[in-house]
Amino acid sequence: MEALHAVLFIPLLGSLVLAWTGHRDFARDLNVGFSLATFIAACVLTAEVISQGPVFGWHREFFIDPLNVFLVTLTAFVGLTTAIFSRPYMRIEQDHGKMTPRRLRLYHSMYQLFNCTMLIALTTNNIGIMWVAMEAATLATVLLVSVYRTAASLEAAWKYFILCGVGIAQALFGIILLYMAAEKVIEVGGDDALLWTNLEAVKDRLDPNIITLAFAFLFIGYGTKIGLAPMHNWLPDAHAEGPTPVSAVLSGLLLNIALYAVLRFKVLTDGALESPLAGNLMMGFGLFSVVLAAFFLSRQRDIKRMFAYSSIEHMGLITFAFGMGGPLATFAGLLHMTVHSLIKSAIFFTVGHAAQTAGTQLMEEIKGLIKVSPTIGWGMMLGALAIVGMPPFGVFASEFLILTTAMREQPWATPLLLLALGVAFAAVFSRVQSMVFGDATIRPLAHPPALLPVFIHIGLGLLLGLYIPPYLDGWYRQAAGMVGG
Amino acid sequence: MSGLSIQLIDFLAALLLMLSFAMISQRRILSLIHLFTLQGITLVATTAIVAHATGQEHLYLSAGLTFALKVILIPLLLHRIIDRLNVRWDVETLINIPTLMIIGIVLVIVAFDLALPIAKLSTSIARGTLGIALACVLLSLMMMITRSKAVPQVIGFLSLENGLFFAATASTNGMPMVVELGIALDVLVGVLILGVFMFHIREQFESLDIRHLERLKED
Repeated sequence: MEALHAVLFIPLLGSLVLAWTGHRDFARDLNVGFSLATFIAACVLTAEVISQGPVFGWHREFFIDPLNVFLVTLTAFVGLTTAIFSRPYMRIEQDHGKMTPRRLRLYHSMYQLFNCTMLIALTTNNIGIMWVAMEAATLATVLLVSVYRTAASLEAAWKYFILCGVGIAQALFGIILLYMAAEKVIEVGGDDALLWTNLEAVKDRLDPNIITLAFAFLFIGYGTKIGLAPMHNWLPDAHAEGPTPVSAVLSGLLLNIALYAVLRFKVLTDGALESPLAGNLMMGFGLFSVVLAAFFLSRQRDIKRMFAYSSIEHMGLITFAFGMGGPLATFAGLLHMTVHSLIKSAIFFTVGHAAQTAGTQLMEEIKGLIKVSPTIGWGMMLGALAIVGMPPFGVFASEFLILTTAMREQPWATPLLLLALGVAFAAVFSRVQSMVFGDATIRPLAHPPALLPVFIHIGLGLLLGLYIPPYLDGWYRQAAGMVGG
Repeated sequence: MSGLSIQLIDFLAALLLMLSFAMISQRRILSLIHLFTLQGITLVATTAIVAHATGQEHLYLSAGLTFALKVILIPLLLHRIIDRLNVRWDVETLINIPTLMIIGIVLVIVAFDLALPIAKLSTSIARGTLGIALACVLLSLMMMITRSKAVPQVIGFLSLENGLFFAATASTNGMPMVVELGIALDVLVGVLILGVFMFHIREQFESLDIRHLERLKED
C-alpha cells in the first residue's frame, strides 16, 4: 500500500519541485531521477500485487488489480525512458533556441504532472476521479503541445483542447447516467456508487436502458481521446507540433489509458446488457479507424504525422480486438497494447533526433541517416520493421493472434484488416527506407543522443515476440479473463 | 412543499433552456457573458432548491461552489479577457440565426425523446428536467460548432459544462463532493489556460478568428 502511495506522490512532488527548478541545468537529471523513483515504486508495487493479490488504498478509492497493474508498470517504464531520451533532446532544442528557460520549466513540471495524472487515472477505483484525472492529463498535455508557442503548435493545442474537451464532456454525461443507474441498485449511495469494484459486483442488476445510453456517451467521449476515427482530428496535429518526447508519451501511454477506461466500462456494460452492444460499437469504430488511418498514413509528408496515423491504426486494431471479446482476442489486445507502446515510443525517440539532425520534419528532406549516425538509422529501421508487424517482433505475434481470431469469429472483417495492414506496411517501409539509406546531406548532432532507450524498447518488443515469461503470461490471462469474460 | 419545489425546479429548467437559445442567437460577446452568468445563477438556484427539498447537506456546498465559480470567478475572468483583448464587437455565426433556431428546436425534440425512457427510472425529484439538461448540452455543442471566434467558443464550452452539471443535479441529486470538486478545478484551470492561449493566438495571428487556425490540414 505504501508503494501505491509512492507511485502517485513521487511524480506529484516532482512536478512541484520542477516548477521551481525546471529551468536549471540539473533539472534534466532531476526529471530522470523522479521518473526512476516512480518506476522503482511501480516495480515494488507489482511485486506486492504478485505475492499478495489485489491492493486497495485510501478508503478503497484506489486499487490495483490484474488489469491495471501491468499498465502502471508500463506507464512508469516508458515515462522513465522518455525522460532519459528528453535529456539530450531538450539540450539540443535549447541550443537551437526553441526552448527558453521559462519554457523548459513549464515542460519539466508538466511532464511530471502528466505522468502523475495518468497514474491516478489508472489506479483509481472511482470512475469520477478517473474522469477528473483524464481531464487533468488533457490540460497538462495541452500545455506540453503548445510549449514552442509557434502558430502551428498553438493551432494544434487549441484543436486538441476543444475536441478532447468536448469529447470528455460527453464521457462525463455517461458517468452521470451510470451513477444514476448505480444509485438505484447500491442503496448506500454517495461516494460508494461510483466505485468500480462496487459497480462490478452489481453489474447484472444495472438498468439496461440507462447503461446503453451511458456506454454510447462514454465510448464516444473516451474514444475521442483514444483517437478513433472519425474523432481523431486532433491526434496528428498534436503529435506533429509538440516536442518529440511528448509525442512519444502521447502515443505510447495516453492513448492506452483512454482505452483502459473504455475497457473498464465495457466490463460493466457487458454485465448489464444481454446484447453485445459494447463489443459491436468497438469493432465498428476500431475497424473504421484502422482502414482510414492506413490510407491517410500513406499520404503524409511529415514524419511525425505519419507515425501519428500509425498510432491511430494500431489503436483501432486493439479496439477491434477487445470488441471481438473472448479470452484469446483480449489476450492479443493486451499484448498489442504493450508492444505498441514500447515500439512506438522507441520510433518517436529516433524520429526526434532524425528531425533534429535534418532540421525539418519533412520526409523528403531527411536522407542518409545511417551514414550520419548509424544508431539513429538502425534504430529507426528496426523500429519500423517492428511496427509494421514483421516477425519475430511482438507486434507480429499479437497481430497474428488478432487476425486468426477475426477469421474465425468475424470473417467479414479480415479482408479489410489485411488490406489496411498491407497499405500501412508498404507506406511506412518505403518511406523509412528512403530516409535511412541514400546519400547523407545532413550533419551530425552537437550532443550525443541517448539512444539506449530505443534499443531497450525494441529489445523488449523482440523478446515479447519470441517468448512471453510465464508470470507475464499469467497476468495477461487473468486480465483477459476479467475483460473478455 | 415538495410540490412547490418541483414546480420551481421545472420553471428554472425552462429558464435554462431559454437562456441556451438566447446564447445561440446572441452576437455581442458582452451579452454572451451576461447570459452565461445568468445560467450560473439558475444552476445555483436549482441546486439550492433540490438541497432544501431533499435535505441533502452536501448540495448546499455544491451550490456555493457553483456560485463562486460560475457566477463570480469565471465571468470576471472572461470580462478581463475581453477588456484586455478589446473584442466586444459582434461576431458572425457560420449559419444564419433563424436556421440555427430551427435546428435547435429539432435538437430539443431529439433530447426529450432520448431522455424520456430514462427519466422515468430516476429517483430524483427533478427527474422531469433530464431532457432539458440534455437539450442544453446539445445546444451548447451546436453553438461551439457555429462560432468562429475564440471567446464564444469557450463560452459554448462552459455552457456545455453547465448543461452537464444540471443533468447531474436533475438525475442523481448531484455527484459526490470529491468528484464535483475535481470537476470544478479542471474547469477553472481549463479557462485559465484558454485565456492565456487567446493572448498567444492574438499575438501570432493578430486576430482571434479561429478560421485562421486552418493551416494544419490534410493535403
